[in-house]
Amino acid sequence: MTEPSADRTDARALAIEQALARLGEPVSEAQARALAAQEDCDCKEGMFALAPSRRQLFGRGLVAAVGMTALLPRSGEAKAPPGAVEYPVPADPTKEPGRVMGIDGGYGTRSQFETEVRWASPTRTASFTPMQEGYGIITPSGLHYERHHGGIPTIDPSHHRLIIHGMVERPMKYSLADLKRFPTVSRTYFLECSGTTGSEIMKAREPTVQRTHGLVSTSEWTGVPLSTLLKQAGLKPGAAWVLAEGADAAVMTRSVPIDKCLSDALIVFAQNGEAIRPEQGYPMRLFLPGWEGNISIKWLRRLEVSDQPFYTREETSKYTDLITTTGKARIFTFSMEAKSVITFPSGEMKLPGAGFYEITGLAWSGRGKIARVEISTDGGKTFNLASLQDPVLPICQTRFRFPWVWNGAPAVIQSRATDETGYAQPTHAQLIAERGPLESGPLFYHMNAIQSWAIAADGSVKNVHPPG
Amino acid sequence: MCIRPADWLVLAVAVVTFAAGGPASAQNYPATYDFGAPAPAADIAAVDIAIPSDGAGLPPGRGDAAAGARVYASACAACHGDKLQGVAGLPDMPSGPALRLIGGRGTLASPNPVLTVESYWPYATTLFDYVRRAMPFTAPGSLSNDEVYAVTAYILAEAKIITPATVLDAQTLPKVQMPNRDGFIPDPRPEHFK
Repeated sequence: MTEPSADRTDARALAIEQALARLGEPVSEAQARALAAQEDCDCKEGMFALAPSRRQLFGRGLVAAVGMTALLPRSGEAKAPPGAVEYPVPADPTKEPGRVMGIDGGYGTRSQFETEVRWASPTRTASFTPMQEGYGIITPSGLHYERHHGGIPTIDPSHHRLIIHGMVERPMKYSLADLKRFPTVSRTYFLECSGTTGSEIMKAREPTVQRTHGLVSTSEWTGVPLSTLLKQAGLKPGAAWVLAEGADAAVMTRSVPIDKCLSDALIVFAQNGEAIRPEQGYPMRLFLPGWEGNISIKWLRRLEVSDQPFYTREETSKYTDLITTTGKARIFTFSMEAKSVITFPSGEMKLPGAGFYEITGLAWSGRGKIARVEISTDGGKTFNLASLQDPVLPICQTRFRFPWVWNGAPAVIQSRATDETGYAQPTHAQLIAERGPLESGPLFYHMNAIQSWAIAADGSVKNVHPPG
Repeated sequence: MCIRPADWLVLAVAVVTFAAGGPASAQNYPATYDFGAPAPAADIAAVDIAIPSDGAGLPPGRGDAAAGARVYASACAACHGDKLQGVAGLPDMPSGPALRLIGGRGTLASPNPVLTVESYWPYATTLFDYVRRAMPFTAPGSLSNDEVYAVTAYILAEAKIITPATVLDAQTLPKVQMPNRDGFIPDPRPEHFK
């Protein structure tokens, strides 16, 4: 047995300590500034605060610059929010020519007055989509939620290869260019982390819909059906599972049943009409429609066909659902089931007074189309149908709308989705009855309970658990 | 059944249309494609690192808890702690309890379960696989196979799953019986709520 030498282990310990110290310094400073910015959050002023101050713009910019404070924009651009460029604002835009085309270098930016950003968790392992400020059903690529297990790798596509091997007749290797030559399909699908909303199971904890539900997003994804590639390689008899592996620092792995690989699984290289973003797996990722996000392995480098699952760390120690009444854990819990949430009005908003409001939000199901969404404005005692905005697509977020006249009295509003299989979104109590209570420890995965927002007499909106 | 001439005409047109194919009909696509290249054995070997529960593919090498203690002190303790209980308050890292490696037996059937390698992980092969591919967090993939066997032995010995004298290698590692080996059940969803 070769034992590590003292020199080598000391050097490694030092290197690790130094790396941890490097992680710590900018983040703690940035976290403090981000927290300061959050205390001034304009969302408390409600959706009608449409003219954020310069101070707020600057604060929001810092939130997104967390972890890269050394790379803050130059002073001339410091006022612009992330994804925007600061330009002088003329007193009257009709009295002087606007900017000429091309000074953006050929790739546009959003308005310097738009400030919504992803919110990163304190552990910096996930960031949440600002659902309260979204419209329609498509999530802008730059606001798509993130969950990484070893950071975001920078991958030069000219060096990246996808290898397919194991129980196949012809082990194959594909470049991005190879992949793009195959017939492709484009599909609009939601993607959701199985941990979304999990911390809310026992009590209402997070203040906003971004933080309770923001680990779900929708994009148009373009890629090659995995079945096409497996047909090229030729499956051997007995092929039952496919290990998918990423080229990130976690070398993230999950085992996928062969049936899913041969049905709607895609190898995706484009998102919303352009190359997928680095944080979404550039240059290529697996996409398994309707299944928990982590199994759609990003930065995909390898597919190994096998007769058995591999019981990887991410499908045993994590992403398994412990039933706390029995001590047994559900394993290979893939589907994301029907879920919905009201995004307006939602947590930390403030309605300016009694009167008409259009309640709106999103509903989705990993098992097909949304069949209906019902709204309650009396804490779940009665429900009425919301209208569903076309298109209503399978395994895709669906926008719902509901006209409501608020009488100014305290109210609790809820949405309840039912999908085309007839499955209806449960209550917290129903989920706890099925899986047991969970006060601490792992996340309560696949938490799709009906969300309640309480509106106080002063119009302020708060995350609550259902009354009664 | 009588088929009139007009019906024959419709049928014939339909057959011709089907045979010729529309602009996007399936028969215009080939059954196979010559894109990509055969994957050379060396390319596969460079990335073929996943270890299933039967231990297939485990590399040569070996290690015991004594050697593993030294690896652990230099490569693991900064985050997982001297006593394998996890370190709290690290920036950009999960909270302390999530970094805990041992303890927690008997807590799974409770509202406050403690999930660790010792209490929860069903296979020792997973520990080897994960340490080799993803640990230590700041220098993944930097441990030798001997070091991975050794630190796996150290964690399992501290968890009292193997004896301190046990030497782990490709033969012995898959035989380790984890306490929660039978703790997993298939997904029964969709649930039928009452």
